[in-house]
Amino acid sequence: MSVETVTQDVVEEAVQLKPKDFKGKVDPDWCPGCGDFGVLSCLQKACVELGLRPHEVLTVSGIGCSSNFPGYFNAYGMHTLHGRALAVATGAQMANHELTVVVTGGDGDGFGIGGNHFTHTARRNVDLTYLVMDNQIYGLTTGQISPTSCMEMKTKSTPFGSVESPINPITAAIMNGATFVARGFSGDAKHLTQIIQQAMQHKGFAFVDIFSPCVTFNHDNDYPFFKPRVKRLEDEDHDPGDWKIACEKAMVWGDTIYTGLFYQKKNVRTLGQLEPVLDEGGPLAFRPLGLNDGQGRRILDRMM
Amino acid sequence: MNSATFDFAIAIGGAAGQGIATPGNILARIFIRRGLHFNAYNAYQSIIRGGHIFLTIRISNRKIHSHGDKLDLLVCLNQDTMDRHLRIMGQQTRVIFNSDTIKPGEAAEGAQCCPLPIVELTDNNRNKLVQNTVALGAIMHLIGLDFQTLEDILTLQFQRKGQAVIDENVVVARAGFDYADANFAPFPVPAPIGPRPLAIWTGNEALAMGGAAAGVKFYCAYPMSPSTGVLHWMAQNARDLGIMVRQVEDEIAVANMAIGAAHAGCRAMCATSGGGFALMTEAIGSAGMMEIPVVFINVQRAGPSTGVPTKTEQGDLWQALGASQGDFERFIVAPKDALDAFNTVPELFNLVDKCQCPGIVISDLLISEGTFSVDPDDIDMQPQIERGDLITEPRTDVSDLPSGSQSGNGYGEGLVGAPSNGYLRYEITESGISPRALPGLEGYVHVVATDEHDEDGVLISDEYTNPHKRRKMVEKRARKFKGIATQIAPPQLEGPEDAEVTLIGWGSTYGVIKEAVEQLKQEGVTVNHLPIKWIVPLHVEAVTDIVSRSRRTIIVENNYSGQFYRYLRSETGLAVDGHIRKYDGEPFMPHHIVDGVLEQLAGKTDRSVPIQEIMV
Repeated sequence: MSVETVTQDVVEEAVQLKPKDFKGKVDPDWCPGCGDFGVLSCLQKACVELGLRPHEVLTVSGIGCSSNFPGYFNAYGMHTLHGRALAVATGAQMANHELTVVVTGGDGDGFGIGGNHFTHTARRNVDLTYLVMDNQIYGLTTGQISPTSCMEMKTKSTPFGSVESPINPITAAIMNGATFVARGFSGDAKHLTQIIQQAMQHKGFAFVDIFSPCVTFNHDNDYPFFKPRVKRLEDEDHDPGDWKIACEKAMVWGDTIYTGLFYQKKNVRTLGQLEPVLDEGGPLAFRPLGLNDGQGRRILDRMM
Repeated sequence: MNSATFDFAIAIGGAAGQGIATPGNILARIFIRRGLHFNAYNAYQSIIRGGHIFLTIRISNRKIHSHGDKLDLLVCLNQDTMDRHLRIMGQQTRVIFNSDTIKPGEAAEGAQCCPLPIVELTDNNRNKLVQNTVALGAIMHLIGLDFQTLEDILTLQFQRKGQAVIDENVVVARAGFDYADANFAPFPVPAPIGPRPLAIWTGNEALAMGGAAAGVKFYCAYPMSPSTGVLHWMAQNARDLGIMVRQVEDEIAVANMAIGAAHAGCRAMCATSGGGFALMTEAIGSAGMMEIPVVFINVQRAGPSTGVPTKTEQGDLWQALGASQGDFERFIVAPKDALDAFNTVPELFNLVDKCQCPGIVISDLLISEGTFSVDPDDIDMQPQIERGDLITEPRTDVSDLPSGSQSGNGYGEGLVGAPSNGYLRYEITESGISPRALPGLEGYVHVVATDEHDEDGVLISDEYTNPHKRRKMVEKRARKFKGIATQIAPPQLEGPEDAEVTLIGWGSTYGVIKEAVEQLKQEGVTVNHLPIKWIVPLHVEAVTDIVSRSRRTIIVENNYSGQFYRYLRSETGLAVDGHIRKYDGEPFMPHHIVDGVLEQLAGKTDRSVPIQEIMV
């Protein structure tokens, strides 16, 4: 792949990109005030800070309001099926492990219909960043409960209040073996940008659950709800190396709700690093196709 | 058949766990090294211990295309096998069994019982698998082979287990050989030697190898009988061949992961059976919408639902035809045998790469889990690879940054918004095919989408719906398949043009119909054969031409409702004169088709459903 053969010109122009260079072809069609705007601009800033260029990044999403993300972001993008972004992203990452892969989606997409893939992508430690814009509601279908909706929440599908307990994405990610688990709030852009940046720098499966309020359909968990409650873990003496304490802090849900890096396990080999097939020869996607004489011979010999 | 033809079948029956696979493999090695053609069908159940397994091995010095009609030698590893199958053993047959544990039944005249006193012959060896090796020794004598042949293969087979295991096996095999030599008359015609050694494979291995030869770099699967053999081959060979092989949480993830890998630039493939294929279907449509080339293999089992996991059927044709919502372009192909499966995969990859769409291979248990000899010279490990309109080099004379960006280099100002590289992933072209650039390349930044989108990948499904654009994109994708059938070999009529009967089949029935045609010739009935392999595109003109000139057409299908017949009728308007259908989980044997044709010629019926005589 000649991506590595960077010319002089490119090096010169590679220096100062601005967040707007990661602005997509069209403007978001999110509702005014939607938390997803904040996430979009934080990822744009994070990419700039990390010195990435649009062609080096692949965003992958499923379906839902937040899954329209790749269309609003200037990079390679895939807007895939509902719930399947992590599976698609894993395939793309294995095929070209030099890509910076960022999966963007919502709580219904990721923890509901895509829950199975969340578990398995985490335990496989695929080297990608997973940003969940968690608004605790199904928005694009005009307001029904999601897997993170609180008990007793009234929606169109639960007019008398939800009787289902929500999942906790943070403890779930830790239990599933994620090696980077954080929570952000789209109302705290500076902090969120830092978290996203850290997540993208992490080698392995980096998960960020982001409170991204739905101003149209979720009036329980809106900005006024979160603003006084969110507390940065960084402001406390939190050790992200201790998964038990991380889980305890993740379970706190009341006057205090923690954001920041709950848990990180560094130097865990990623799926790609554990696969000898990727050791040499660059991305699989750009390797020559077909079998050489020796490979063909060895296959035939075993058949004789 | 003339006297020079050697055509012989051995069956080994027992329960799961009695170790039938090992003697099967040993016999296979012996026969293919002698250059004998080999066709084995294993009837088994979804059980790890117990049940009834019945392995039929047919060998010949001529090419054979099915597991045949008759058995010459039956090896009973348990009483159940004796009780079930002794009645089908006729003139000039032999039945081997362990006389310590199995009571012979009432054998038909001419069927010779060959009891082996295993305890005595093995010096009271407690290994329960020892009777298999004794039986192998006896088989060698009965089919006129010398003991050394067996000893060589036993040595090879147990190499990894050490000399002691080899010695133990050779000693008991020798005892079986000597005992048979002293007590039983061998078959009058010994197993001959063919012109040169052959190779052996299963259909699943052929499919996997076809993928490897086609340049598959990403394979993923969820285990599901009868498709799992593809995963096993891929996993075993992954590191030598540089293929990323993944076992994934479910078939939904399998299909989507393959799509992700394919979009990033790998040739990607996955295999499953009907139930798993059902889970893949949404993703198949997404590959159609995003225009990503991927190959999906459905190895059919008997359905519906969980069905009969270890039995064969051609029951998923309409499932493949209806796989995913909406209209979209995809290939569907049903290879006729293992070698054809091997050759089909690279051909299909070239087609899906060219047309940037999914391709579906329909196999079934009969092909995929059958074991067949193959002439190694017929296997082309380096087939032609054509990737179509694929961009794999970056370009630095344009910018991926938004037009008007101060950070950009000022090139490519043609578009409103970002990026300004001017690249349209879904560019409207005359052929409908738009150049496909791989993610990671500078100068081609774009987004692909499962939502309907415009040429530049921007969604037209939500905010900017536009009927004219929608129509334009539907027609663009459809144009990729305009005249596509002309690029694929049409089906050929085999046999005399003016035959009394034309047998039409599709996919895996190729071999058994071919043999039925030969048998019918001996019965004085001239029959020709129209095997259909390409379901989509269907060669409507060629098929219509052949069928409308046929004197009497009979469709042979391994399903209940005549799935292919209904498809043929929907695409061509053609009707046929009769049907032969089998849906009991077991594959056709040649005489099933022969009997069906004869009863239909006699005017007894136009819908024959053969009875499975061998109870497995």
